[in-house]
Amino acid sequence: MDHAGTISRFSSTEFSRQKDRVERVARWVFLAMAVVMIAPLVSIIAYLLVKAWPSLELEFLLDVPRNGMTEGGIWPAFVGTVYLVFISLAVATPIGVLAAVYLNEYAKDNWLNRVINLAVINLAGVPSIVHALFGLGAFVYGAKFGYSILSASLTLAIMTLPVIIASTREALASVPMAFREACWNVGATRWQTIWSIVLPNSISGILTGVILQVSRAAGETAPIMFTGAVFFKAIERGDFFAYRLDEQCMALSMHLYTMATQVPNVEESVPYATAVVLLGSVLIVNTGAIAFRVWLRNRKKW
Amino acid sequence: MTTSALQVKIRVQDLRLTYGPKEVLRGLSFTVHRNEILGVIGPAQSGKTSLLRCLNRTIDFTSNAKVSGKIELDNRDIRQINVYDLRRAIGMVAPLPVGLPLSVYDNVAFAPRSAGLKNKADLDELVERCLRQAALWDEVKDRLHSLGTKLSGGQQQRLTIARALSHQPEVLCLDEFSIAIDPVTTMRIEDVLKELRREITIILVTNLIQQARRLADRTMFLLDGEIVELDRSEVVFSDNPADQRTYDYVNGIYG
Repeated sequence: MDHAGTISRFSSTEFSRQKDRVERVARWVFLAMAVVMIAPLVSIIAYLLVKAWPSLELEFLLDVPRNGMTEGGIWPAFVGTVYLVFISLAVATPIGVLAAVYLNEYAKDNWLNRVINLAVINLAGVPSIVHALFGLGAFVYGAKFGYSILSASLTLAIMTLPVIIASTREALASVPMAFREACWNVGATRWQTIWSIVLPNSISGILTGVILQVSRAAGETAPIMFTGAVFFKAIERGDFFAYRLDEQCMALSMHLYTMATQVPNVEESVPYATAVVLLGSVLIVNTGAIAFRVWLRNRKKW
Repeated sequence: MTTSALQVKIRVQDLRLTYGPKEVLRGLSFTVHRNEILGVIGPAQSGKTSLLRCLNRTIDFTSNAKVSGKIELDNRDIRQINVYDLRRAIGMVAPLPVGLPLSVYDNVAFAPRSAGLKNKADLDELVERCLRQAALWDEVKDRLHSLGTKLSGGQQQRLTIARALSHQPEVLCLDEFSIAIDPVTTMRIEDVLKELRREITIILVTNLIQQARRLADRTMFLLDGEIVELDRSEVVFSDNPADQRTYDYVNGIYG
């Protein structure tokens, strides 16, 4: 037993071997779950690409639908989606960001701000079809904008607003409180503090949150179907400025729905190619957002 | 002590502070003399930091804080003074160094700029003077435009002091400034404070008994939001201060 002390301390026991086995199993289980997560994305993309292959060419993007929408391209729907996404975010971003600045930087903990917080959280949880009904009542009939790009964009803006507020607040809250206190201690106003310290150091998070809403605004069908998206609209091939704000427009998500369910005798690859364009546009925007975020993060100063 | 040292710079009367139901300061009354270093000692949670935050009214940012009583700066109620001017008149250095995510230069120029100073030459001169006063100039003069957050901890604390001096305060409050920095830097800053005392009034909150003994003209012992004793440092740190609790705390028997 002379060496027992050193031997038992470092030699393997039944317990330590079991611990190692559990450790290995745990590692593989967690890895497997992480891989499972990738599988649906890869298979969705692969499936879409294979099915869409016969239609995938630049002409599909630039051409207008032909032959009762059974052939041709998707240009009017693509342009319509770009309009809707751009206008809705142009409305929602300033309101959302400024509201979030108020809530995070100015608001005291009183009943009014608790109500606002509650409203933001609940608004984020409202299903999109309910937003659609609200948009129909408020913008199409209430404000008399009619079925139009304007009504549809505003509906999408209302839908994305709470998420923009939430993500912006998150970004603002990630700036350490000590920075603000240091500024206040030397006699800076709240606005001076926000402008020179808080915003420059949270802008990457704010923009990422906004850009991620592009995919939501582009993908939603219900809100625009009720308020401004239309089955078919004749515009020129490749014409980017084809729509006016008070007109209805086509949109990719809506187009995909009609092609897949409403129009008989569609070429099989057309709905899939539409989905590829929708998914591709969103992924390109998201990739841009990630690249931008990486670039900004490299400039981060603490 | 010279006669000017006896002029009253700050007068606090019956200062009470509560956070919700919790009473943090229980009726403090004292004066701070012009050009003195007033040491404030006391165990954790005794209200030292809260007291400083009442002085420059950053306590206003704490939503459930209620302040009563009166604080006068040069015989003017601080509630009558524009709050941003007040905070420039009372400089504050926090326990942990906070380099703003700006360049060294901009860190120091931040306060004068937010007060409206734009002239480049004036700013250059002010920045250099403050960095020299904080004993940092020689170390950073070649990298004024690199990030302040990249400096070492001790340098950042001196940068914080330079920033607190940049708005030309009449009173400088230091809240346990040495807890995050090495002894050598601490001694350098203490030398800086001795220099500064000629021009301004200093309130030095510290949990280093020796530091108060070295620097403070008078020392206040704060316990549970009450002043146990406020007297000349020789008395407070002597073998027979007025209150037994002071003796116990100073000699490590207490708290």
